[in-house]
Amino acid sequence: MDILIPILAAAVRSGTPILYATLGEILTEKSGVLNLGLEGIMLMGAFTGFAVSMYTGNPWIAIAASFLVGMIITSIHGFLCITMGANQVVSGLALTMAGTGASSLLGRNFIGETITGLGKMHLPFLSEIPFIGPILFDHDPLVYISYFLVLFMCFFLSFTKSGLSLRAVGDSPRSADSVGISVVRTRYFYTLIGGGIVAIGGAYMSVAYTKMWGDLMTAGRGWIAVALVIFAIWHPMRAAFGAYLFGGVEAFQLRLQAAGTTIPTPLLMMLPYILTITVLLVISIREGKGLIFEAPSSLGQPFYREERE
Amino acid sequence: MIKGIAVQKRKESPRWLELAIPVAGILLALVTGAIFLSFLGVSPVKAYREMIISSLGDSYGLSETIVKAIPLALAGLGVMLSFKMLIWNIGAEGQIFIGSLATAAMVRYCFIDNSVVMFCLMVLAAAFAGGAWAAVAGYLRARWRVNEIITTLMMNYVAIHLVDYFVYGPWRDPGSLGFPMTAPFPNSARLYQFGDSRVHLGIIMAIILACIFYWLFRYTRWGYEIRVIGENPKAADFAGMDYLKNVVMVMFLSGAIAGIAGMTEIAGLQGRLQHGFSAGYGYTAIIVAWLGRLHPLVILIVSFLLGALLVGGDTLQIMMRLPLSTTLVIQGLILFFVLGGEFFRRYSIKIISERDSS
Repeated sequence: MDILIPILAAAVRSGTPILYATLGEILTEKSGVLNLGLEGIMLMGAFTGFAVSMYTGNPWIAIAASFLVGMIITSIHGFLCITMGANQVVSGLALTMAGTGASSLLGRNFIGETITGLGKMHLPFLSEIPFIGPILFDHDPLVYISYFLVLFMCFFLSFTKSGLSLRAVGDSPRSADSVGISVVRTRYFYTLIGGGIVAIGGAYMSVAYTKMWGDLMTAGRGWIAVALVIFAIWHPMRAAFGAYLFGGVEAFQLRLQAAGTTIPTPLLMMLPYILTITVLLVISIREGKGLIFEAPSSLGQPFYREERE
Repeated sequence: MIKGIAVQKRKESPRWLELAIPVAGILLALVTGAIFLSFLGVSPVKAYREMIISSLGDSYGLSETIVKAIPLALAGLGVMLSFKMLIWNIGAEGQIFIGSLATAAMVRYCFIDNSVVMFCLMVLAAAFAGGAWAAVAGYLRARWRVNEIITTLMMNYVAIHLVDYFVYGPWRDPGSLGFPMTAPFPNSARLYQFGDSRVHLGIIMAIILACIFYWLFRYTRWGYEIRVIGENPKAADFAGMDYLKNVVMVMFLSGAIAGIAGMTEIAGLQGRLQHGFSAGYGYTAIIVAWLGRLHPLVILIVSFLLGALLVGGDTLQIMMRLPLSTTLVIQGLILFFVLGGEFFRRYSIKIISERDSS
């Protein structure tokens, strides 16, 4: 039990950036837009978070700035895919390239700097619950906000009118349009908000998790999040489960390295990526055709109000 | 007086747009890149001048551009194959690494002191390894609809770490002073280099492969099937074309060519396998294929242009101490602008003035 608690607590911490990215992408995809630029957005979020907290000393301003930067760079993807009807796969790849490049160009003078970052916040009563307390309620505030976001998104998608319109736009844009929901406006809104949330996942990496800036520091977490959206079959609760699973593997691997295992480091580093493929394979076999029903049916397809002849 | 703007769907897009869109896209990307650079306090005029002079200014620069264009052209041709079928193989980078790993394995374990035999062995090993690596993702995609974008991408990370395992571990050259690299390849495992330049046999292979694919897609039934499956899988199924078989085969070929790109890069250029030897060629290859509009011969030309960009990027790193990622920004921007430009292939925009309506 005593060895398990720190590993599970570490799983929550290292799963949190992936969780934010997955939740952001779920919102975006629910509206019918596929955003493969997560890796680039996370890196820009991580850089912005680091730079702003270095200059202001306030992690909350840094996180707000990351959210804003995430929205701004995602707006390029939004404009190309929603207004111009461009290929969403290629546009997402372009966003990843541009975001990755820009973050390491902007961040080249920040390597080696340190920040105070976001500290732990004890929750009275909750953190004293045996077993669960130290695992779930002994973290920084951004982790608690992610719990809240998961619950809120579950409620929002299932029980609110706006959530219903969002799903309608993703599943059947034409009928949504016919009952007076603006497909274009809805898609822009959730693509941008989703991009902002993804950027917070990046900011978590630099502001709360490592408290430093490193070139390419997200190391594929954005892509893992894209896979987790499918694993979660677009459900926030399952996204949390998946993200902590990955966090657990990472924590376990780091612990093995620290304990001086004889397994070579490069082989350990492969684990999360192999796990991603395995998880995706299992879900695809198990859900089979069902996965197609769960996915927003207009995912990746542009919508034109009237066919402009 | 402008009264409004009308967007009209084109019946067919004019031919000059085929050239105008990529050219305008690249120019706009360079302009935007210049704004970004000056924002960072770097003089864009100076940066671009250095880039152009070093990559296209003299015969040495041109030869270096060709050296970079070789892996881009080969991997670009590989990526093109899968894209034709609308299978998004983002894994060329990993397939390059696996191809080079197989090449190094051949040199280490099956070395025969004859350059022709060795060349054939290395090509076969690299093609088979890269092909098998990619075919896994193809099979998962065709059999269980596992998203190939994610599997190919995840396999890139796995491949890079796998190469790291060998060059940091069992294959490390004891004489490398601790650098993660294998021992230099013997001469008969090196590709022919032209004159005293670093341009190697890979360029001939790229040109031959491009011609073969041009012929395949233009004149054979198989090339036609690939296009139909990509554009209309339902019709293809109806016509009795085997989806699973074709996807696996195309992915195998796609990975095989990327694997060969890895082989030429280490046997032709670097002479050994080392950590991080490919500077994202597999990702740039995606742009090459897309800008080349999936046309094998155009891909050769585009790979030359992007080769020049990469040489320019190296120069920026040495002369102006900018990271290599500067070129990554420009690559992303090129894609954005060309994607935006595609819109004008489908729609024409008319400005309606007062006079027209009266």
